[in-house]
Amino acid sequence: MRVTVRLFARLRDLAGTSELEADVAPGATIADVWAGVVARHPALAPYAGSLSAARNLEYTRLSAAVTDADEIAFMPPVSGG
Amino acid sequence: MAAALFAVTAAALDAPALERAIVSAHGEDAARTGAPGAGAVTTFVGLVRDQNLGRRVLRLEYEAYEPLAVRAFEQIAAEAAALWPACRLGIHHRTGGVAIGEASIVIVAASAHRGEAFAASRYAIERVKQIAPIWKHEYFEGGDVWIEGAVAAADDAAAREKAEKLACV
Repeated sequence: MRVTVRLFARLRDLAGTSELEADVAPGATIADVWAGVVARHPALAPYAGSLSAARNLEYTRLSAAVTDADEIAFMPPVSGG
Repeated sequence: MAAALFAVTAAALDAPALERAIVSAHGEDAARTGAPGAGAVTTFVGLVRDQNLGRRVLRLEYEAYEPLAVRAFEQIAAEAAALWPACRLGIHHRTGGVAIGEASIVIVAASAHRGEAFAASRYAIERVKQIAPIWKHEYFEGGDVWIEGAVAAADDAAAREKAEKLACV
């Protein structure tokens, strides 16, 4: 399966990209996708404990399953307003 | 054309346009249900401040995950409507570079009576800071930093209760 990963704010700065494609195994979770992204961009690792994720424009838990062609977003703590 | 009730935009925010749109939406609700029309409108405008944590701020750059941010605004309005049923909310947030003194967010609430409008407005800004996927990059004298506040989780009941408590003081 292939998913599109989007990164925002400081995650984007640290990775040097706002979007990447990731190949994941069937049955993979959001956490697996994150692990793959961190493997390619180790500077993101410290965000494991303060991460938000969204799947196809809905916030999701890291334990949620992904499906082919999903858009997965990883987000640092927010600061709007 | 009436302003969208929920928006993320790189354009300067137009509070009066959102006020007109919300009063109109509230009026349509009231006409349909027979409830009283608007007797109060509150407008909260968040401005870019010139100091933060002792730093002299030069400007902010806002980044948003736009479609999810609009959905977050819609969710916040639905939560507020459950708490204050006769109140209508609108939320506009700016993205991109925003100068000191310019508006970064406008929240408009319309209701029959003032209490609900004030409460819903306060609730909304607290929830925006908790769950809207928006980030400020602060450029200050001597450097720049991404501001990181709450870990966003749409279904975090404790965060909702905290916002509700602040709204009801």
